[in-house]
Amino acid sequence: MQQELFEKRYQDQWSEFDQWLSIDAGANATTVKPGFPTSELPQRYRQLARHLALARDRQYGSELIARLERLVLAGHQLLYGASHNRGGGVLFFIRQTYPQLVRTHWRSVLVASLCLFGPLIVLASAIQFVPDIAYIFLSANDLANAQQMYDPANRKLGAGRDASSDVQMWGMYVWNNVRIGFQCFAGGLLFGVGAIFFMIFNGVNIGVVAGHLTQLGYSETFWGFVAGHSALELGGIVLCGAAGLQLGYALIAPGRKTRLESLKASTPDAVGILYGAATMIFIAAFIEGFWSASRLPPVELKYAVGILLWFLMLTYFVFAGRTYRQKNKGASNAS
Amino acid sequence: MLDTPRVIATPEGVELTLNIAGVVARARAWIIDALIRFVFYIVLGTALAAFGRFGMGLFLVMLFLLEWAYPVLFEVYWKGATPGKRACHLCVLHDDGTPIGWRASVTRNTLRAVDFLPFCYGFGLIACLLNRDFKRLGDLAAGTVVVYVARRSKPLFSANQTQAGEVDNLAMDEWRGFTQPASLLLNEQRAITNFAERRARWSDARAAELAAHLPQLLSGKEGAAAVARLLTLARKITGKRSEGVASNISDNHIKIVG
Repeated sequence: MQQELFEKRYQDQWSEFDQWLSIDAGANATTVKPGFPTSELPQRYRQLARHLALARDRQYGSELIARLERLVLAGHQLLYGASHNRGGGVLFFIRQTYPQLVRTHWRSVLVASLCLFGPLIVLASAIQFVPDIAYIFLSANDLANAQQMYDPANRKLGAGRDASSDVQMWGMYVWNNVRIGFQCFAGGLLFGVGAIFFMIFNGVNIGVVAGHLTQLGYSETFWGFVAGHSALELGGIVLCGAAGLQLGYALIAPGRKTRLESLKASTPDAVGILYGAATMIFIAAFIEGFWSASRLPPVELKYAVGILLWFLMLTYFVFAGRTYRQKNKGASNAS
Repeated sequence: MLDTPRVIATPEGVELTLNIAGVVARARAWIIDALIRFVFYIVLGTALAAFGRFGMGLFLVMLFLLEWAYPVLFEVYWKGATPGKRACHLCVLHDDGTPIGWRASVTRNTLRAVDFLPFCYGFGLIACLLNRDFKRLGDLAAGTVVVYVARRSKPLFSANQTQAGEVDNLAMDEWRGFTQPASLLLNEQRAITNFAERRARWSDARAAELAAHLPQLLSGKEGAAAVARLLTLARKITGKRSEGVASNISDNHIKIVG
């Protein structure tokens, strides 16, 4: 068949399809009537794909082929790109998917925890015995700043001498802390080295400041300040790092896949972990801005809240989302 | 291997071509986006400055949300394009040509942090130049490509309609006596129809210059006459010849070429 005849014969079908696409795109959806019902779309699309194959095979002109290609691509995106809600929404993610995801990848979570808490605990303890170690890692200036922030003489904590608005601090924590989390994640792409570096770097920083202030006798202000948000903030950063380590591990040990395929396969889980971790850090910033900085509640209460949050968080990650599996087990036992 | 189109196979057995966008087009889109955000920050900052430290805090939170969520929200909800990409006729798709979803968008935009290292998208640029789809690291991990959006083409048959006048200038007897050289291969025929399709975009002189590349088909004609002759040939190839015979071929017999 000659091109001209081919075009004449199917021209109307193509225009209808094109018109249908433009309606879907939202252009005056109410005024224009589609040329065919939605249920016919797959059939129409297949017909169009057939026409494209024919046009290519018969070496018809480029413009005709380009036009058919555009239509087929748009149809392909509509049919195969339809978003489907796998997993059933946010609540299900929190109750089931997320803790399961974290438990599945407990190895990277463990490694990330060691990278952060290892140097933190070692340095904080060591400084109690040899205070000068602090000056190896942080400059005298930085330490003096930290000292000033947690001076028991302050009305507000963690924010320098001039008491500033809670909202400002909240904004700063959001901006700063979530970025640190994302850095830990993204650093994983450098074969995991970046993630490990950022985790250790933050562990050292926190450990030195904590050790230094405790040794100075500022424990009540410092530990009282960090207690409330420490669970969610450190937990969030550990999980960001763990997500980053997943990427790094996929690159280092791709198994039987190519490195690229292995990396792609690892991202869904890694990004899933990142979603939750970023949310945790975001919530931690609220606590840090509005609860931790306040000197109103007695320090014992702050410790209690801090311990309670740690307890709740660990319980959540260890026990949440196991019921679904148990139900399945019960069913298989019964049968 | 030097060309940029990327071919994806569909379940229907046809192959679709995506036109991959290069580094420069993407950088341009990024700069436009950066400017848009910058202007927005200035406006927002000025407005919130009135609220002192409270406003400062809100500003930082907005800054955070915009900086990280701006590309993700636009890519997911606006057909894979931020305003900058849209202005440059680009969009982000999954590797298989489907529209980008949340997971891929979050991945590629969070990993910007690495692409940006050591400064000004250094790693991203190196990664782009090392693979044939111009993917930065975030695209590699997320399985996404940045492509040119196919623009709506001009009305069909422009080749045959707009040059009708030019062809009609030929004497009728020449038109009737015109025979197609039997030895033209499919891709040679294709070249001639492409010539006809693109004729409208060239000046007369340029068209004549291009036509002169095929002296064996022009039987000694030059200039406008040579162009007209090629256009006539294109019309013959695309359908003016032996319509009756051609229409007997059924379109239901499809030959799918691997």
